[in-house]
Amino acid sequence: MLGSIYAMVAVALTLSIGVLRFLNFSIPGLFMIGGMTAWASLRSGMAWPLAIGVALVAGAFASLVVERFTWRWMRSAQHFVPLVSSMAFLLLFEHLAVIYWGSELRTLPALFASADWRIAGLVISLPQLAGLVCSIALIWVLTLVLARTRLGRGLRTIAEDSDTALLLGIDINRIVPVVFLISGLFAALSGVIFALNYRQVHPFMGEVVGLKGISAMIVGGLGNIWGSIAGGLIIGLVEVMSIGYLGADFVDIAVYGLLLLILFVRPTGLFAGALAGQRA
Amino acid sequence: MSGYLEGVLVLLAVNVVFAYGGFLPLAAGQLNLGLAGFAAIGAYASAYLSNVFKLAPLLAIPLAGIVAGAVALVVAVPVLRTRGIYLALATFALGQIVQAIILNLEVVGGAAGYPVAAFIRLPTIAATAAIVVVLVWLLFATRFGIAVTAVHDDEGAADLMGIDVRGFQIAAFALGSAIAGVGGGLYAHHFSFIEAQYFNISLSITIVLYVLLGGTQTVIGPLLGAAVFTLLPELLRASANLRYVAFAAAVIVIMALRPEGLVTAGQLRRLLGFTRAEHAAAGLPTERTG
Repeated sequence: MLGSIYAMVAVALTLSIGVLRFLNFSIPGLFMIGGMTAWASLRSGMAWPLAIGVALVAGAFASLVVERFTWRWMRSAQHFVPLVSSMAFLLLFEHLAVIYWGSELRTLPALFASADWRIAGLVISLPQLAGLVCSIALIWVLTLVLARTRLGRGLRTIAEDSDTALLLGIDINRIVPVVFLISGLFAALSGVIFALNYRQVHPFMGEVVGLKGISAMIVGGLGNIWGSIAGGLIIGLVEVMSIGYLGADFVDIAVYGLLLLILFVRPTGLFAGALAGQRA
Repeated sequence: MSGYLEGVLVLLAVNVVFAYGGFLPLAAGQLNLGLAGFAAIGAYASAYLSNVFKLAPLLAIPLAGIVAGAVALVVAVPVLRTRGIYLALATFALGQIVQAIILNLEVVGGAAGYPVAAFIRLPTIAATAAIVVVLVWLLFATRFGIAVTAVHDDEGAADLMGIDVRGFQIAAFALGSAIAGVGGGLYAHHFSFIEAQYFNISLSITIVLYVLLGGTQTVIGPLLGAAVFTLLPELLRASANLRYVAFAAAVIVIMALRPEGLVTAGQLRRLLGFTRAEHAAAGLPTERTG
C-alpha cells in the first residue's frame, strides 16, 4: 500500500523530469499540502468529498506558483538552478505550514470506520483499495493523454528538445504549466490518500515519503511513468521485507543502498527512457 | 563577549567551513547533496578520536577531515561515474546511507546521540575557518583553480586542452568532503553533543544554498553567502520558522534574478579595477555564462 503512494509521488516527479528535465524537489511539499489541507478542511466541518477537492486545488495552485518561480525563469541557467529553487520551495511550504498549523502530529477522524472487507481472512480496508484503484486509473489516463492527445504530443516534443518545440510553434509557456498542474495534482492526491489511510499528518510528512518517491523514480528510470510505478512498488516491498528480515533500523540502509547500487550499475534505472526516449 | 554573540559567531564560522566544502565540487560543476553525510563522518570521527584515544581536538579535527576525505575518495570513483542530475541523486543517496549507518552504530550512541568531552572555543574555530578560507583561496590561485574552472565551464573543451577532467572532479569532490568533515569536527567539539538526525538532507541543502547564493564563480562567494544568511536572520531576530521562510523566499528571488549568485567573476574584476573591466565596459564578454 505504501508502495502505491510512493508510486504516485514518483509519477509526479518523473513527469517533470521526463518532460522538463527538472528534478522538482517541491513535490514532497505539495504532498504535505495535500494531506494537511485535507485535515484542515475536515476539521473545519467540510464534507469529505469537498475537503478532498479543496486539498487537490491547493496542491495544484501551489504547484503553479512553483512553476512561475522556477522553471519559467531559469530555463537558460545551469541545470541545478531550478532544482535549488524547488528545494527552497520545499523549505518554504514546510515552515509556512508550521507557522500556520503548528508542528504537532495531527490525527484525522476515520471516515470509513466500518469499511473493511474480509475476504477469506484477508482484511482489506476500503480507503486503501480506493486509493490504489484511483491511482492506477489516474496513471492510466495520464499515459493515454500523453500518447494520444495534442497536448501529449506537445509535451513529448518539449521532452525531446524544448528549443525545437518552440520553433515548431508549441507555446511552451502555456503547455508547461499543465505539467506542473498534473504533477501537483498527483502529489496532493497521494498526500490526501496517505492522510486518509494513516490518519496522521504533520508539516514534515512530505520528506520521508517524498525522498522514497525520488528513490522509486530512480529505480524505475527517470521519465518513465510505468517504471515509476514499478519502482514505487519495489521500494515499498524492499522496505517491508527489510523490516521483516533485518529489523526496522536497517530500512533506510536497505532502501538507499539499493538506490545507490542501481545508480552505479544502471544509472538510467531499471526501465529507462520510455516516455520520451531521451538521454539524461 | 556575550554567550549569545559567541554562539552566533561559532555558527557563522562552522557554516563558512561547510560552505567551502560545498564550493569545491560546485566549482567543478558537481552538485553534492551528500555533504551532511561527510560532515557527520567528520563530526563522529573527531568525537571518537578525542573521546576514546584522548587526542587533542586540534589533532582530532584535521584527522577527521582526512577520514571524511578518504571515505569520499573511495566512493568518488563509482559515484562520479554518474553525472548531472544522477550525480546529485547518487550523492543524496550516499548522505542518507551515512546517516542511517550512524543511527545504527552503537559505539557512537546510535539514535541516542554522542556526547563529546573535549571543548573548543570561538578563537580556535574562527582561526580554523580562516585557515580553510585562505587555503581554498591559495588553491584557486594555482593551476588547480584554472583547471577546475575549465572543467566547470566545458568538460569537453577542458578534456581537449589536456586537463584530466575525472582526476580534477574526484579531487574537488574529495577535498570538499574533507572540508565538510573538518566543519563537522568543529561543530562536534563546540556543541559537545552530536546526533545523526542533525546531519540530514536539509543540512546538505542549506549548505548548497549558501554557496549558490554567494556564487560559485569566485572564491569569495561562499564566504559572503554563508555570512549573509547566517547573520541576517539573527539581526532580524525572527522566530526559527519565520527565518526559514525568509531564507527560502530569498533563495527563490535571488535564483530568479541572479542565477549565478550574488558575486560574479566579471563584477568582482570591475570592482577591483582590473584591466578586464574595460572589456566589460566595451561590451566584450568577460563573464562566464556557465
